[in-house]
Amino acid sequence: MSTVESQEKAGRGSARAFAILSSIGRFLVIAVTTYLGLLAVTFFIGRIIPIDPVLAVLGDRAPANVVERTRREMGLDLPLIEQFYIYVRSALNGDFGTSVLTTNPVMTDIRRALPATTELATLGTLIGALFGVPLGVLAAVRRGSLIDQIVRVIGLIGYSVPIFWLGLLGLVLFYAKLQWVAFPARLDVVYEYTFTPITGFYLLDSAMQGQWDVFWDAFRHIILPASLLGYFSLAYISRMTRSFMLNELAQEYVVAARAKGLSERRIIWAHALRNAAVPMVTVIALSYAGLLEGSVLTETVFSWPGIGLYITNSLQNADMNAVLGGTIVIGSVFIGINLLSDLLYRLLDPRTKSA
Amino acid sequence: MMMEKFALRSRILLAGAAMSALLLAGAPAGAVTPADTLVEGFAIDDIITMDPGEAFELSTAEVTGNTYDLLVRLDLSDTSKVKPDLAEGWAVSDDGLTYTFKLKPGLKFASGNPITAADVAYSFERVVKLDKSPAFIIEQFGISGDNVADKAKAVDDTTFQFTVDKAYAPSFVLNCLSATVASVVDSKLVKEHVVKAAPTADYKWDNDFGNAWLKTGYAGSGAYKLREWRANEAVVMERNDNYHGEKAKLARVIYRNMKESSAQRLALEAGDIDVARNLEPNDLDAIAKNADLTTNSAPKGTVYYISLNQKNPNLAKPEVRQAFKYLVDYDALSSTILKGIGEIHQTFLPKGDLGALDENPFKLDVAKAKELLAKAGLPDGFSVTMDVRTGQPTTGMAESIQQTLGQAGIKLEIIPGDGKQTLTKYRARNHDIYIGQWGQDYFDPNSNAQTFASNPDNSDAGKSHTLAWRNAWDIPDLTKQTEAALLEKDSAKRAALYQDLEKKVLDTSPFVLIHQQLEVAGLRKNLKGFALGPSFDTNFVGPVSKE
Repeated sequence: MSTVESQEKAGRGSARAFAILSSIGRFLVIAVTTYLGLLAVTFFIGRIIPIDPVLAVLGDRAPANVVERTRREMGLDLPLIEQFYIYVRSALNGDFGTSVLTTNPVMTDIRRALPATTELATLGTLIGALFGVPLGVLAAVRRGSLIDQIVRVIGLIGYSVPIFWLGLLGLVLFYAKLQWVAFPARLDVVYEYTFTPITGFYLLDSAMQGQWDVFWDAFRHIILPASLLGYFSLAYISRMTRSFMLNELAQEYVVAARAKGLSERRIIWAHALRNAAVPMVTVIALSYAGLLEGSVLTETVFSWPGIGLYITNSLQNADMNAVLGGTIVIGSVFIGINLLSDLLYRLLDPRTKSA
Repeated sequence: MMMEKFALRSRILLAGAAMSALLLAGAPAGAVTPADTLVEGFAIDDIITMDPGEAFELSTAEVTGNTYDLLVRLDLSDTSKVKPDLAEGWAVSDDGLTYTFKLKPGLKFASGNPITAADVAYSFERVVKLDKSPAFIIEQFGISGDNVADKAKAVDDTTFQFTVDKAYAPSFVLNCLSATVASVVDSKLVKEHVVKAAPTADYKWDNDFGNAWLKTGYAGSGAYKLREWRANEAVVMERNDNYHGEKAKLARVIYRNMKESSAQRLALEAGDIDVARNLEPNDLDAIAKNADLTTNSAPKGTVYYISLNQKNPNLAKPEVRQAFKYLVDYDALSSTILKGIGEIHQTFLPKGDLGALDENPFKLDVAKAKELLAKAGLPDGFSVTMDVRTGQPTTGMAESIQQTLGQAGIKLEIIPGDGKQTLTKYRARNHDIYIGQWGQDYFDPNSNAQTFASNPDNSDAGKSHTLAWRNAWDIPDLTKQTEAALLEKDSAKRAALYQDLEKKVLDTSPFVLIHQQLEVAGLRKNLKGFALGPSFDTNFVGPVSKE
């Protein structure tokens, strides 16, 4: 009997293990094909754009013999398929090639640029969520009121005004006129060569080293671009919160709660918002991922040496190794954040627990 | 689509900049840069290497110009000549083939190593064997990896001998030796960082002559030494106390990468930078009016032109080429989009070169152009395209030219593109009209003469991709004359030969030269001794000090 039981147990166990394995497997297959697709599309776009990559390396003034030799050195005389094969092979070995513009291995560059962008995007999303969610809730509760209209206008402006224009305006006002914030860069010149970053997140690094003057300086540099990105994501988050909340407030459980005599505050903040929080997580995560890849213009205006600026600069100079490497990293970040929001979704939504 | 976005972006940025001009009248100055440090806001994203044997970019030229020394340097008081730098003097043999340089005594690199003739010889050897983009400036004297040991050699510790293959004009040879590529590197230091290489068909040598290290490293003797270059972020230089000339006044110079003119201006006004280097006319204007700030400018060896591809049958007609020269509104351009950043200049040698002519015979004359077009059998004009890189001043120039061509019935379609894209098309000779700029490779009239007035093989397989070749302008006679000017020993006669070439090109070429670039900088008033030089490698910061 015991053998039967244990066999049964083992059978059930292996079935569960199989289910887990197959879902991991499915995820792996999806991830790998996504990556390959990403690689192939970026690679071939990079090769068919009407820009000669040798020009990026040598500039316009190189003599013809040097151009020819460099073309061979870069493997550009080989058939496209072979070039792709060589690229994928070395990428699998962790070698994404060397950037033409910086002469560093692409991964070294990205390791330096990514923390700058992440620091900015994280602060931006924090600001966006901290202000965006309450505003959205308020707008939903007081639907049609003046507050709702104000939130709508704030959202519309954030949506439709080009962010770099707001950036320049912000610089003129808060930097040049009022001198509340510091000038476009990550740190003042004085600190730039006395301060050694550890993680690349300057706020964190300076706090860890107890250099509070550096922390303050870094804060004065980051606050304006982060607020701008925050405003941008606030516009999106508040609109989405409003519509999720409206949806929840129309549900029968809200009526039931009111009938039970619960206070309106409790109904809104504890019951409705908790339910709206589930899809909100996805919205905030997507907005965060969007900021990670899409703050190119902000980075340009604020001379912020992040990943967006790095990739754009590389793209304009046909520095394809850097573009490919950057695309893959951003792709990974995107896939990772999606996965994470999926996990959070499961944690927050009790219905997914029983399943 | 992407390109349109960029074009749109720059247009809106301009609007933003204009807006900021309105808001900014009278901003208070607060921040101050450290007293011993010069901070410049500068678009330095073109830097790809700091190796003087490889670098050919304009921003790099400024850094290497300040951090490396040469045998001879451009004489800033008369740029058609050179003056001694590391060499105290030189002699040219009677047959015009051998140049002997005597080094100054007691020279030292920043590292403390003595500077000897062996260092000079090694510097030439590595340039020629590495054979990077600027190597032709040395190789054109008949020097190759196989004979460089013999042609550029140390006779003793302080005597260096350079042997050329023809009796060139000495001014030509010396001018070439004042180019960045001839910088003297610390051979002892470089050799410590050499990486082994496997010889291939393309590269016969067994090591990289320190190229990988020197891309970001430093082995020079200039007024400043390079401390750090972080791509797209900053270049930091520190005073070199071993410098043989007058020591630098400030301890440190920092170039911060800033791309936008408006951001540079804001930072300059607030005092976070001492110098702004990439200013557009509207920002420059505002700076000139600010009591705390001032401006500096210098004509550079870069000329802007439009060129007509001779593969297009309409553009190949001599009368049409002439007509185009009457269809540019030079005066309007110079008072608007080129104001402060360009000087009208219609001949191909920039001001400051030996033999440069300052003649600008062409003016906007629509009637004359119409007459010429009628003579060419095109009284009603024709349609044609122009490839234009987005950004200023090219876009603004193209729009102005489109309008003036229209007055004579020529319908111009502007094809906007990013710089590398338009250049790829141009180099393949697939354009109708191209608008671009040309910066001379080294400070000698031959550099521009060779590209504007010579085309040794006009076939598609032609190896020499001069601007004349790119526009399929077949000119065997002018090509010969350009070569002859190289061998004229008498400087005055040589100058006359170039003047003759310039007149012929002015008259008959498919090039409509428009202006010579003025490099501009906005500065804080407390700076003393800041002066832009006649070339990018003579923007010296050693004499700069602060009050």
